[in-house]
Amino acid sequence: MNLPIYLDNNATTPMDPRVLEAMLPYFNEKFGNAASRNHPFGWVAEEGVDYAREQVAKLIGASDKEIIFTSGATESDNLAIKGVFEMYKEKGNHIITTVTEHKAVLDACKHVEKLGGKVTYLPVKEDGLLDLEELEKAMTNDTILVSVMYGNNEIGVIQPIKEISAIAHKYGALFMTDAVQAVGKIPVDVNRDGIDLLALSAHKIYGPKGVGALYVRRKGPRVKVTAQMDGGGHERGMRSGTLNVPGIVGLGKACELCGLEMESEAKRLSVMRDRLQASLTTLEESYVNGNVEHRLPHVANISFKYVEGEGLMMAMKDLAVSSGSACTSASLEPSYVLKSLGLSDDLAHSSIRFGLGRFTTDEEVDYAIEVTKKSVTHLRELSPLWEMFKEGIDLDSIEWAEH
Amino acid sequence: MAYSEKVIDHYTNPRNVGTLDKSNHKVGTGLVGAPECGDVMRLQIQVDDNNMITDAKFKTFGCGSAIASSSLATEWLKGKSIDDAMKIDNMDIVEELALPPVKIHCSVLAEDAIKAAINDYRVKNGMAPIESEKVHH
Repeated sequence: MNLPIYLDNNATTPMDPRVLEAMLPYFNEKFGNAASRNHPFGWVAEEGVDYAREQVAKLIGASDKEIIFTSGATESDNLAIKGVFEMYKEKGNHIITTVTEHKAVLDACKHVEKLGGKVTYLPVKEDGLLDLEELEKAMTNDTILVSVMYGNNEIGVIQPIKEISAIAHKYGALFMTDAVQAVGKIPVDVNRDGIDLLALSAHKIYGPKGVGALYVRRKGPRVKVTAQMDGGGHERGMRSGTLNVPGIVGLGKACELCGLEMESEAKRLSVMRDRLQASLTTLEESYVNGNVEHRLPHVANISFKYVEGEGLMMAMKDLAVSSGSACTSASLEPSYVLKSLGLSDDLAHSSIRFGLGRFTTDEEVDYAIEVTKKSVTHLRELSPLWEMFKEGIDLDSIEWAEH
Repeated sequence: MAYSEKVIDHYTNPRNVGTLDKSNHKVGTGLVGAPECGDVMRLQIQVDDNNMITDAKFKTFGCGSAIASSSLATEWLKGKSIDDAMKIDNMDIVEELALPPVKIHCSVLAEDAIKAAINDYRVKNGMAPIESEKVHH
């Protein structure tokens, strides 16, 4: 077992060697521009792209013509939200999303507001799931788009996508989902789920960074987005720019591998994740954040009360994990996702996200359990709050000098 | 962001972790920060009849830099008179631990904790608390 151990697979994943192998020829040997239609160099590159388009489409039950390659999910989210708003603003100017979305969605929505659009940011329930009744109440005749993420990046909860899209469609709105964390981890099917636009990224599924895709439905209804990048009219005019052929080939291969291995992999990961979670929650005053039933198989977000997240991560120096602690972010605010579940700031500060992945082993999970337990116990010995808790002092009764 | 060696040293081997009897009139206790902000420090001093600090203990809820700042503070307090201890400046802590700008608030909190502990002792022993001329936050 090599240290440090990587348990931050929701941030990014290591590339699968099989993906790398598929990509390599496209850097030099098959270097052509996929848009060069007049010679074999271009044809070979185009072939690679076309094959990748099929691989991506197959994983999400789409047709290859519905896949637009982008530089990643941030671009896909932007293209979907801004592109739909620009294309359909004559029809209506209202977009609905949730407060727990990724910043790429939230900030694209803020941009739409600057352009004169109206955006409703729906709260979520304590378990992180969207309240369908709240959604239905927010729908208006002007609603053109509902954007709700498939699986959450911090807590892993899976939204009731099928039900949400049905409500959107009932009111004539399109349904978009940021499915970065879900695609390749759990079965996602654009037709079963009623998805009109879907953002995905290669580097979360053992592919390369800097490449992603946007699924744009072509039939029932035919959806169009206004391009956000002007240029050569690539990708059916929706995304100009010379195609990143090696990256796209890598994304395709990554999707193919997920399609083949997802089912067994999800089982293996959820067994390991459940073991990690069961063991860590034997620690006193530890809480799992978010719904545990409707959850991605490889994530557990746990708060260890009376211990501060960044301090804890420092103690677990051989574990690469992530925390909702403010100290880990530039803004000095704790995670907005955890806060929107109604978690108090101190619990949000105390949270650790464990993200398992394809290359995580049982031995590594054992190590993670041991180190986390030891570190939490050690830091609680240092924690005045833990001492007060043990003495039965109600921390809420203390007048803290907020700084 | 990488931590300095001194922060890692204090964090890994914190000095003077513990609790003094806060009901003892020779013990001054400073509790500063708030759980919501992700930092709470409790610093305690044991003072002898000549107003010399003979012992210091801390417990801190917070990041590595907060723990290191309070650990360092206890080391500096021991053997100082309460008047000299009052002169400890947060920037001395920043310098000693090579704290980056985003962690300066940890040193500020440690200075606040020192002053709060000394003032708690002073009030307990019939002396007026000393107002800090510096205003933080």
